[in-house]
Amino acid sequence: MEWASWSDFWSMGGRGFFVWSAYGVTAICVLTEIVWLRRSADQSRRRLLRMQQWDSSQEESEQ
Amino acid sequence: MKFFHYASPSTFYHLAGKAIPWTAWTAGILAVLGLYVGFFVAPTDFQQGEAYRIIFIHVPAAWMGMLIYLVMAFWGAVGLAFNARLPFMMMRALAPTGAILTFVSLWTGAVWGKPMWGTWWVWDARLTSTLILLFLYIGTLALWSAIDDVKRSDRAGALLTLIGVVNVPIILFSVVWWNTLHQGSTVGVSHAPKMAATMLQGLLLMTAAAWAYAIAATLVRVRRIILERERKTEWVNEILRKGS
Repeated sequence: MEWASWSDFWSMGGRGFFVWSAYGVTAICVLTEIVWLRRSADQSRRRLLRMQQWDSSQEESEQ
Repeated sequence: MKFFHYASPSTFYHLAGKAIPWTAWTAGILAVLGLYVGFFVAPTDFQQGEAYRIIFIHVPAAWMGMLIYLVMAFWGAVGLAFNARLPFMMMRALAPTGAILTFVSLWTGAVWGKPMWGTWWVWDARLTSTLILLFLYIGTLALWSAIDDVKRSDRAGALLTLIGVVNVPIILFSVVWWNTLHQGSTVGVSHAPKMAATMLQGLLLMTAAAWAYAIAATLVRVRRIILERERKTEWVNEILRKGS
Protein backbone atom coordinates (compact mmCIF):
# COMPACT_ATOMS: atom_id res chain seq x y z
CA MET A 1 0.00 0.00 0.00
CA GLU A 2 1.32 3.38 -0.99
CA TRP A 3 -0.81 5.61 1.20
CA ALA A 4 -0.66 6.36 4.92
CA SER A 5 -4.26 7.66 5.03
CA TRP A 6 -7.16 8.67 2.81
CA SER A 7 -6.25 12.35 3.04
CA ASP A 8 -2.76 11.37 1.92
CA PHE A 9 -4.38 9.54 -1.00
CA TRP A 10 -6.56 12.49 -2.03
CA SER A 11 -3.71 14.98 -1.83
CA MET A 12 -1.60 12.92 -4.28
CA GLY A 13 1.63 14.32 -2.91
CA GLY A 14 0.37 17.89 -3.37
CA ARG A 15 -0.63 17.24 -7.00
CA GLY A 16 -4.23 16.33 -6.18
CA PHE A 17 -5.75 19.10 -8.27
CA PHE A 18 -3.97 17.94 -11.42
CA VAL A 19 -4.44 14.22 -10.93
CA TRP A 20 -8.12 14.46 -9.95
CA SER A 21 -9.03 16.96 -12.65
CA ALA A 22 -7.50 14.56 -15.19
CA TYR A 23 -9.54 11.62 -13.83
CA GLY A 24 -12.64 13.75 -13.22
CA VAL A 25 -12.85 15.16 -16.73
CA THR A 26 -12.20 11.70 -18.19
CA ALA A 27 -15.05 10.26 -16.09
CA ILE A 28 -17.38 13.06 -17.22
CA CYS A 29 -16.47 12.45 -20.88
CA VAL A 30 -17.02 8.70 -20.66
CA LEU A 31 -20.27 8.95 -18.68
CA THR A 32 -21.60 11.63 -21.03
CA GLU A 33 -20.86 9.40 -24.00
CA ILE A 34 -22.62 6.43 -22.39
CA VAL A 35 -25.75 8.51 -21.60
CA TRP A 36 -25.67 10.01 -25.09
CA LEU A 37 -25.34 6.56 -26.72
CA ARG A 38 -28.36 5.25 -24.81
CA ARG A 39 -30.51 8.29 -25.47
CA SER A 40 -29.75 8.48 -29.17
CA ALA A 41 -30.41 4.75 -29.59
CA ASP A 42 -33.82 5.12 -27.88
CA GLN A 43 -34.73 8.28 -29.77
CA SER A 44 -33.72 6.79 -33.10
CA ARG A 45 -35.79 3.67 -32.41
CA ARG A 46 -38.88 5.70 -31.52
CA ARG A 47 -38.47 7.86 -34.59
CA LEU A 48 -38.12 4.82 -36.86
CA LEU A 49 -41.18 3.22 -35.28
CA ARG A 50 -43.23 6.37 -35.92
CA MET A 51 -42.03 6.44 -39.51
CA GLN A 52 -42.97 2.79 -39.89
CA GLN A 53 -46.45 3.35 -38.48
CA TRP A 54 -46.91 6.38 -40.71
CA ASP A 55 -45.82 4.34 -43.74
CA SER A 56 -48.25 1.53 -42.99
CA SER A 57 -51.14 3.95 -42.41
CA GLN A 58 -50.38 5.52 -45.80
CA GLU A 59 -50.53 2.09 -47.41
CA GLU A 60 -53.89 1.37 -45.81
CA SER A 61 -55.42 4.63 -47.01
CA GLU A 62 -54.18 3.95 -50.52
CA GLN A 63 -55.98 0.62 -50.66
CA MET B 1 -18.09 -17.05 -48.06
CA LYS B 2 -18.15 -16.45 -44.29
CA PHE B 3 -16.70 -12.94 -44.55
CA PHE B 4 -19.44 -11.63 -46.78
CA HIS B 5 -22.00 -13.27 -44.55
CA TYR B 6 -20.80 -11.21 -41.58
CA ALA B 7 -20.51 -8.14 -43.76
CA SER B 8 -24.26 -8.07 -44.28
CA PRO B 9 -25.80 -5.40 -42.04
CA SER B 10 -28.52 -7.70 -40.65
CA THR B 11 -26.06 -10.40 -39.54
CA PHE B 12 -23.69 -7.82 -38.14
CA TYR B 13 -26.50 -6.11 -36.25
CA HIS B 14 -27.27 -9.29 -34.30
CA LEU B 15 -23.62 -10.18 -33.85
CA ALA B 16 -22.89 -6.71 -32.46
CA GLY B 17 -25.86 -7.01 -30.12
CA LYS B 18 -24.41 -10.19 -28.64
CA ALA B 19 -20.93 -8.69 -28.28
CA ILE B 20 -21.95 -5.44 -26.55
CA PRO B 21 -22.58 -6.80 -23.02
CA TRP B 22 -19.31 -8.76 -23.11
CA THR B 23 -17.17 -5.87 -24.26
CA ALA B 24 -18.87 -3.40 -21.94
CA TRP B 25 -18.39 -5.60 -18.87
CA THR B 26 -14.81 -6.35 -19.90
CA ALA B 27 -14.15 -2.61 -20.12
CA GLY B 28 -15.65 -1.99 -16.69
CA ILE B 29 -13.80 -4.82 -14.96
CA LEU B 30 -10.46 -4.00 -16.57
CA ALA B 31 -10.83 -0.32 -15.69
CA VAL B 32 -11.50 -1.16 -12.02
CA LEU B 33 -8.48 -3.50 -11.95
CA GLY B 34 -6.32 -0.96 -13.80
CA LEU B 35 -7.27 1.87 -11.45
CA TYR B 36 -6.62 -0.34 -8.44
CA VAL B 37 -3.16 -1.25 -9.70
CA GLY B 38 -2.53 2.34 -10.80
CA PHE B 39 -3.43 3.95 -7.49
CA PHE B 40 -2.76 1.30 -4.85
CA VAL B 41 -0.08 -1.03 -6.20
CA ALA B 42 2.15 1.04 -8.49
CA PRO B 43 4.83 2.92 -6.55
CA THR B 44 5.49 6.66 -6.45
CA ASP B 45 7.66 7.77 -9.37
CA PHE B 46 11.11 8.82 -8.23
CA GLN B 47 11.16 11.82 -10.59
CA GLN B 48 7.55 12.86 -10.98
CA GLY B 49 6.09 11.97 -7.57
CA GLU B 50 2.36 11.20 -7.69
CA ALA B 51 1.50 13.36 -10.72
CA TYR B 52 2.70 10.57 -13.00
CA ARG B 53 -0.48 8.61 -12.15
CA ILE B 54 -2.18 10.62 -14.88
CA ILE B 55 -0.32 8.29 -17.26
CA PHE B 56 -2.91 5.55 -16.66
CA ILE B 57 -5.48 7.50 -18.63
CA HIS B 58 -3.33 9.81 -20.70
CA VAL B 59 -1.41 7.14 -22.60
CA PRO B 60 -4.32 4.73 -23.26
CA ALA B 61 -6.48 7.64 -24.45
CA ALA B 62 -3.73 8.93 -26.74
CA TRP B 63 -3.10 5.46 -28.17
CA MET B 64 -6.81 4.87 -28.77
CA GLY B 65 -7.23 8.30 -30.36
CA MET B 66 -4.62 7.38 -32.96
CA LEU B 67 -5.67 3.75 -33.35
CA ILE B 68 -9.34 4.60 -33.90
CA TYR B 69 -8.31 7.05 -36.61
CA LEU B 70 -6.28 4.31 -38.32
CA VAL B 71 -9.22 1.91 -38.09
CA MET B 72 -11.50 4.58 -39.57
CA ALA B 73 -9.08 5.08 -42.44
CA PHE B 74 -8.99 1.31 -42.97
CA TRP B 75 -12.80 1.09 -43.16
CA GLY B 76 -12.87 4.16 -45.38
CA ALA B 77 -10.46 2.49 -47.81
CA VAL B 78 -12.46 -0.77 -47.74
CA GLY B 79 -15.69 1.13 -48.31
CA LEU B 80 -14.29 3.06 -51.25
CA ALA B 81 -12.63 0.00 -52.79
CA PHE B 82 -15.56 -2.40 -52.51
CA ASN B 83 -18.40 0.11 -52.53
CA ALA B 84 -19.89 -1.62 -49.49
CA ARG B 85 -22.29 -0.17 -46.94
CA LEU B 86 -21.14 -1.55 -43.62
CA PRO B 87 -17.56 -0.14 -43.70
CA PHE B 88 -18.90 3.41 -43.98
CA MET B 89 -21.28 2.78 -41.11
CA MET B 90 -18.33 1.54 -39.03
CA MET B 91 -16.42 4.74 -39.83
CA ARG B 92 -19.24 6.89 -38.54
CA ALA B 93 -19.65 4.76 -35.46
CA LEU B 94 -15.95 5.05 -34.59
CA ALA B 95 -15.45 8.79 -35.05
CA PRO B 96 -17.21 10.24 -31.96
CA THR B 97 -15.40 7.88 -29.58
CA GLY B 98 -12.08 8.66 -31.27
CA ALA B 99 -12.71 12.37 -30.91
CA ILE B 100 -13.64 12.05 -27.24
CA LEU B 101 -10.56 9.96 -26.43
CA THR B 102 -8.30 12.38 -28.30
CA PHE B 103 -9.80 15.24 -26.30
CA VAL B 104 -9.17 13.22 -23.10
CA SER B 105 -5.52 12.72 -24.09
CA LEU B 106 -5.09 16.48 -24.67
CA TRP B 107 -6.83 17.42 -21.42
CA THR B 108 -4.93 14.92 -19.28
CA GLY B 109 -1.73 16.00 -21.04
CA ALA B 110 -2.42 19.62 -20.10
CA VAL B 111 -3.00 18.90 -16.41
CA TRP B 112 0.09 16.70 -16.41
CA GLY B 113 2.17 19.31 -18.22
CA LYS B 114 1.36 22.07 -15.77
CA PRO B 115 2.99 20.50 -12.69
CA MET B 116 5.82 18.85 -14.69
CA TRP B 117 6.75 21.46 -17.31
CA GLY B 118 5.22 24.54 -15.71
CA THR B 119 2.85 25.08 -18.62
CA TRP B 120 -0.54 23.74 -19.73
CA TRP B 121 0.33 23.87 -23.39
CA VAL B 122 3.25 24.36 -25.78
CA TRP B 123 3.14 24.45 -29.57
CA ASP B 124 5.57 21.60 -29.96
CA ALA B 125 5.35 18.78 -32.49
CA ARG B 126 3.67 16.13 -30.32
CA LEU B 127 1.01 18.41 -28.86
CA THR B 128 0.28 20.27 -32.09
CA SER B 129 -0.07 17.11 -34.18
CA THR B 130 -2.43 15.64 -31.56
CA LEU B 131 -4.52 18.82 -31.67
CA ILE B 132 -4.63 18.42 -35.46
CA LEU B 133 -5.92 14.87 -34.92
CA LEU B 134 -8.79 16.26 -32.83
CA PHE B 135 -9.54 18.80 -35.56
CA LEU B 136 -9.52 16.03 -38.18
CA TYR B 137 -12.09 14.10 -36.16
CA ILE B 138 -14.26 17.18 -35.73
CA GLY B 139 -13.82 18.11 -39.39
CA THR B 140 -14.91 14.66 -40.53
CA LEU B 141 -17.97 14.73 -38.26
CA ALA B 142 -18.85 18.20 -39.57
CA LEU B 143 -18.37 17.11 -43.18
CA TRP B 144 -20.71 14.15 -42.69
CA SER B 145 -23.44 16.29 -41.22
CA ALA B 146 -23.00 18.94 -43.91
CA ILE B 147 -23.68 16.63 -46.88
CA ASP B 148 -27.25 15.32 -47.04
CA ASP B 149 -26.75 12.65 -49.69
CA VAL B 150 -25.60 9.62 -47.71
CA LYS B 151 -23.42 8.08 -50.41
CA ARG B 152 -21.60 11.30 -51.22
CA SER B 153 -21.27 12.09 -47.55
CA ASP B 154 -19.74 8.66 -46.85
CA ARG B 155 -17.25 8.99 -49.67
CA ALA B 156 -16.22 12.52 -48.74
CA GLY B 157 -15.65 11.47 -45.13
CA ALA B 158 -13.61 8.45 -46.19
CA LEU B 159 -11.48 10.58 -48.49
CA LEU B 160 -10.82 13.19 -45.79
CA THR B 161 -9.87 10.45 -43.31
CA LEU B 162 -7.50 8.83 -45.80
CA ILE B 163 -5.77 12.16 -46.36
CA GLY B 164 -5.68 12.90 -42.64
CA VAL B 165 -4.11 9.54 -41.81
CA VAL B 166 -0.61 10.90 -42.63
CA ASN B 167 -0.93 12.81 -39.38
CA VAL B 168 -0.83 9.60 -37.30
CA PRO B 169 2.82 8.66 -38.02
CA ILE B 170 3.69 12.32 -37.49
CA ILE B 171 2.24 12.11 -33.97
CA LEU B 172 4.00 8.80 -33.29
CA PHE B 173 7.44 9.90 -34.46
CA SER B 174 7.20 13.55 -33.41
CA VAL B 175 9.16 12.87 -30.22
CA VAL B 176 11.92 11.27 -32.30
CA TRP B 177 12.04 13.65 -35.27
CA TRP B 178 11.80 16.94 -33.40
CA ASN B 179 13.28 18.29 -30.25
CA THR B 180 10.17 18.42 -28.11
CA LEU B 181 9.22 19.08 -24.53
CA HIS B 182 7.16 15.86 -24.53
CA GLN B 183 9.05 12.89 -23.18
CA GLY B 184 10.01 10.04 -25.48
CA SER B 185 8.09 6.79 -25.49
CA THR B 186 8.20 4.86 -22.24
CA VAL B 187 6.87 1.66 -23.73
CA GLY B 188 8.12 0.48 -27.11
CA VAL B 189 8.78 -2.63 -29.12
CA SER B 190 12.50 -2.00 -29.54
CA HIS B 191 13.44 -1.54 -25.90
CA ALA B 192 12.43 -2.73 -22.45
CA PRO B 193 9.83 -0.52 -20.76
CA LYS B 194 11.41 2.31 -18.77
CA MET B 195 9.07 1.91 -15.83
CA ALA B 196 8.35 -0.28 -12.83
CA ALA B 197 6.59 -3.57 -13.61
CA THR B 198 3.47 -2.67 -11.63
CA MET B 199 3.24 0.70 -13.39
CA LEU B 200 3.35 -1.11 -16.71
CA GLN B 201 0.69 -3.58 -15.53
CA GLY B 202 -1.63 -0.71 -14.61
CA LEU B 203 -0.98 0.94 -17.94
CA LEU B 204 -1.67 -2.23 -19.90
CA LEU B 205 -4.87 -2.94 -17.96
CA MET B 206 -6.13 0.57 -18.64
CA THR B 207 -5.18 0.24 -22.30
CA ALA B 208 -7.13 -3.01 -22.58
CA ALA B 209 -10.07 -1.29 -20.84
CA ALA B 210 -9.91 1.55 -23.38
CA TRP B 211 -9.94 -0.98 -26.24
CA ALA B 212 -12.97 -2.78 -24.83
CA TYR B 213 -14.76 0.50 -24.15
CA ALA B 214 -14.12 1.81 -27.66
CA ILE B 215 -15.39 -1.45 -29.18
CA ALA B 216 -18.54 -1.44 -27.03
CA ALA B 217 -19.32 2.22 -27.79
CA THR B 218 -18.71 1.69 -31.51
CA LEU B 219 -20.96 -1.36 -31.63
CA VAL B 220 -23.80 0.45 -29.84
CA ARG B 221 -23.49 3.32 -32.31
CA VAL B 222 -23.18 1.16 -35.41
CA ARG B 223 -26.36 -0.70 -34.47
CA ARG B 224 -28.27 2.57 -34.40
CA ILE B 225 -26.80 3.57 -37.76
CA ILE B 226 -27.66 0.18 -39.31
CA LEU B 227 -31.29 0.46 -38.20
CA GLU B 228 -31.58 3.98 -39.58
CA ARG B 229 -30.05 3.14 -42.92
CA GLU B 230 -31.82 -0.17 -43.41
CA ARG B 231 -35.18 1.09 -42.14
CA LYS B 232 -36.94 0.21 -45.38
CA THR B 233 -36.08 -3.48 -45.08
CA GLU B 234 -38.31 -6.18 -43.68
CA TRP B 235 -35.85 -7.37 -41.03
CA VAL B 236 -35.60 -3.88 -39.52
CA ASN B 237 -39.38 -3.52 -39.53
CA GLU B 238 -39.62 -6.76 -37.64
CA ILE B 239 -37.05 -5.63 -35.05
CA LEU B 240 -38.91 -2.35 -34.54
CA ARG B 241 -42.23 -4.14 -34.11
CA LYS B 242 -40.81 -6.60 -31.62
CA GLY B 243 -38.99 -3.80 -29.85
CA SER B 244 -35.93 -5.92 -29.16
